[in-house]
Amino acid sequence: MEAVTWIVLVIDATLRVSTPLILAAFAGMFAERSGVVDIGLEGKMLGAAFAAAAAAFATGSAWLGLLAGMGASVGLAMIHAFACVTHRGDQVVSGMALNILVAGLGPVLSLAWFGQGGHTPIVADTARFRPIHFPFADRLSDVPFIGQIYSEIVSGHNLIVYIALGMVPLAAWFIYKTRFGLRLRAVGEAPEAVDTAGISVAGMRYRAMIVCGILCGVAGTSLSIAQNALFVRDMSAGMGYLALAALIFGKWRPVPTLFACFLFAFADAVQARLQGVDIPGVGIIPVQAIQALPYLLTVLLLAGFVGKAVPPKASGVPYVKER
Amino acid sequence: MAGEEHRGAAAERGPSGGPGVPALEVVGIQKWFGSVHANDDVSVAVAPGTIHGIVGENGAGKSTLMSIVYGYYQADGGEIRVGGTPVTIKGPEDAIAHGVGMVHQHFMLVDTFTVLENVVLGVEKGYLLRSTLSEARQELERLEREYGLDVDPDAIVGSLPVGLQQRVEILKALYRGADILILDEPTGVLTPQEVDDLFRILRALRDQGRTIVLITHKLREIMALTDRVTVMRAGRVVDHVATAETDRAQLAAMMVGRSVLLRVDKEEAAPGEALLRVESLAVRDRSGVLRVHDVSFTVHAGEIVGIAGVAGNGQSELLEALAGTLASEQGTIAIGGAPVPAGGRAEAARAMRRRGLGHVPEDRQRMGLVTAFDASESGVLGYHRERLYNRGALMSRGAVVDAVGSTMEDFDVRPPLPTLRTANFSGGNQQKIVVGREMSRSPDVLLVGQPTRGVDIGAIEFIHRKLVAMRDEGKAILLVSVELDEIMSLADRILVMFGGAIVGEVSQEEADERTLGLMMAGERADGAEAAGA
Ligand SMILES: Nc1ncnc2c1ncn2[C@@H]1O[C@H](COP(=O)(O)OP(=O)(O)OP(=O)(O)O)[C@@H](O)[C@H]1O
Ligand SMILES: [Mg+2]
Repeated sequence: MEAVTWIVLVIDATLRVSTPLILAAFAGMFAERSGVVDIGLEGKMLGAAFAAAAAAFATGSAWLGLLAGMGASVGLAMIHAFACVTHRGDQVVSGMALNILVAGLGPVLSLAWFGQGGHTPIVADTARFRPIHFPFADRLSDVPFIGQIYSEIVSGHNLIVYIALGMVPLAAWFIYKTRFGLRLRAVGEAPEAVDTAGISVAGMRYRAMIVCGILCGVAGTSLSIAQNALFVRDMSAGMGYLALAALIFGKWRPVPTLFACFLFAFADAVQARLQGVDIPGVGIIPVQAIQALPYLLTVLLLAGFVGKAVPPKASGVPYVKER
Repeated sequence: MAGEEHRGAAAERGPSGGPGVPALEVVGIQKWFGSVHANDDVSVAVAPGTIHGIVGENGAGKSTLMSIVYGYYQADGGEIRVGGTPVTIKGPEDAIAHGVGMVHQHFMLVDTFTVLENVVLGVEKGYLLRSTLSEARQELERLEREYGLDVDPDAIVGSLPVGLQQRVEILKALYRGADILILDEPTGVLTPQEVDDLFRILRALRDQGRTIVLITHKLREIMALTDRVTVMRAGRVVDHVATAETDRAQLAAMMVGRSVLLRVDKEEAAPGEALLRVESLAVRDRSGVLRVHDVSFTVHAGEIVGIAGVAGNGQSELLEALAGTLASEQGTIAIGGAPVPAGGRAEAARAMRRRGLGHVPEDRQRMGLVTAFDASESGVLGYHRERLYNRGALMSRGAVVDAVGSTMEDFDVRPPLPTLRTANFSGGNQQKIVVGREMSRSPDVLLVGQPTRGVDIGAIEFIHRKLVAMRDEGKAILLVSVELDEIMSLADRILVMFGGAIVGEVSQEEADERTLGLMMAGERADGAEAAGA
């Protein structure tokens, strides 16, 4: 295969893989910036993936699928907020509990509703988010370089990919340029300052968790009815944790987090391309070893290269009025 | 959006309700915390355009009363009136709406934000920050001109010294349109210079017609600044007096309910052998900055050596190195003649304790106590391995509670309940828990850092007397304090630290505020610049 084509295909795959990752990482950013540690990104994504697939299958509408995905995810986020903000529970325990709950609930409900072992039926193409082809994409695909970039990288993704990329500057704008963002950043750093300024700490954290739920919902939807055509058990495959790692690697800031997501997705795209390829001098690397690549990269980066990651000061700490 | 309404309301209402009407009045306030009656029928009237002081022992209920006025706690009974009108204050937002602002003892600031962002937090003018920030910048400039409240609006708050952080708190309140400003122990953490600046600002505010309520333990400040004083004791108001018609001794007696010695009573020291010997010690702080260099001194049995200096001149690091919590770069420390291994390693502090060294750390909340623990647990920290508290591998809770309970009685901790959470004691009583823990073991060498910060005069007298008694038993005491008064009245010898070095030594008889002040500012008594600046 020609080198340029190879690169274009890897970039194309990177964009696709990074979509749920970016959405989930930014969901985590809203949660943690408000002071709520959300290890439950994984569960929310998985829950949303199931709800989206089930609703899309039942109604035949991708949009209703998306709505159901967001609804399920926001619901889970509210359970987390109720446990951690209202009742000041341990945030890691609550997040983990939700992850375990959803990991079991998805397959069980699939079995109960659709009679299929741990997955939903296949969703028809009309009820999915299909790749969007930009004008002239086909005709330009033969033009070397520019044409390839346009037709393979710019065009031809499903709607959610574009939503995710568009969401990034919007989220950064919200966090840094608006009143909501100012209060969000404050409540994760110094909730007592927010409280004495006459703003409800719990209110801010609930709002942040709603945003977190919505974004995770979109992420999960993209997994089941955009990139795939059904829900299968454990289809998020640790992506929620990977998103959390990207968030830490990006030091809770939008642009670095975005690039961290790209990096992880790139590693994944490369590993997909390397499977079964005979590398000169090395031979064929076992699939398992290659598949471990993105996770290995995560561990290495977090262990060695992040430097001192300073999380929002109050993240993980329930707010108790104290003197 | 909410902020506009608040500020508008403050502007319409004007500075006060009219002549003779108190700007702020609380009537018959009641507040219980469980079984603690923190406020019992408290009534105070504060006249507009005055500075009103509130004094009282630790745990008298001063902070509780002001937290009720600011809506942080809800009263169990009673009424709050602003400008003569009864108001309900359910939360800080209501207080702000009625023109009440508060500068808390622990600053309520977001360290990672700029000054400007901190000031507008909660009273933004619209959804977008840009216009809010530019408007606020102009308003800040006006306030700075009017009251001399200079601070760079774009500075990151966490990087500012405490004195400036406090200004940000004041600016925050003024920006919210506060006509009534409450300050809870504002000078506890300030250097003398910063205190002077604060007083200048407060006077300027009063002269512009604002009303100020000041809680403090320092009667000197009450006398210098206030127009009227309310004295509280054990949750009740003892009396209100005009400052001009009272003096420190009378206020002290009213606070404590008996007459208090404002001066320390002690005999001439009879120093014995050197118990603590420090030789050419150099210490780096945790970020690698050289904070102490070439410091040598000795403390003998039966004497109190004081280290004076403006905060941040290496005293804290010196104290930590001696206590074993910070590694020394070079030099030696000897206790009772035998050198001790360098600090900083795990277990070093424990080794020091075993050699007979007690340590009352400067910052009780950070280093002295675990505020989330019961008092009994905080009361044995560092000594929890002692046989008395353990039965085999298990701790014996009963023994801990009994031992700490009796220490709490001895050191007059109120309430003397070992099972109460440490955080629920007032600041002064937390300090007594630490002091009790360290002193009751009667160590040969005692390091004390800021022993009376935030502590009421009754308790100060008590702690000072204990220190002198220990000295008379032949113990060596090293006292680090930023309170010149305290150093001058307690220490038999005074070392002055500046820029990480000891720049002078004076005996108690020679010490006066002027010479010490000059040395602390880096000038020797003869006028030459001190070394190590
Ligand atoms: N949140 C709380 N829970 C339980 N008890 C409390 C609480 N806050 C205060 N108290 C108790 O109420 C009493 C009054 O406390 P307060 O903090 O008002 O005293 P203070 O006069 O400000 O003392 P200090 O000079 O030490 O600051 C104390 O006995 C204290 O232990
Ligand atoms: Mg207080």
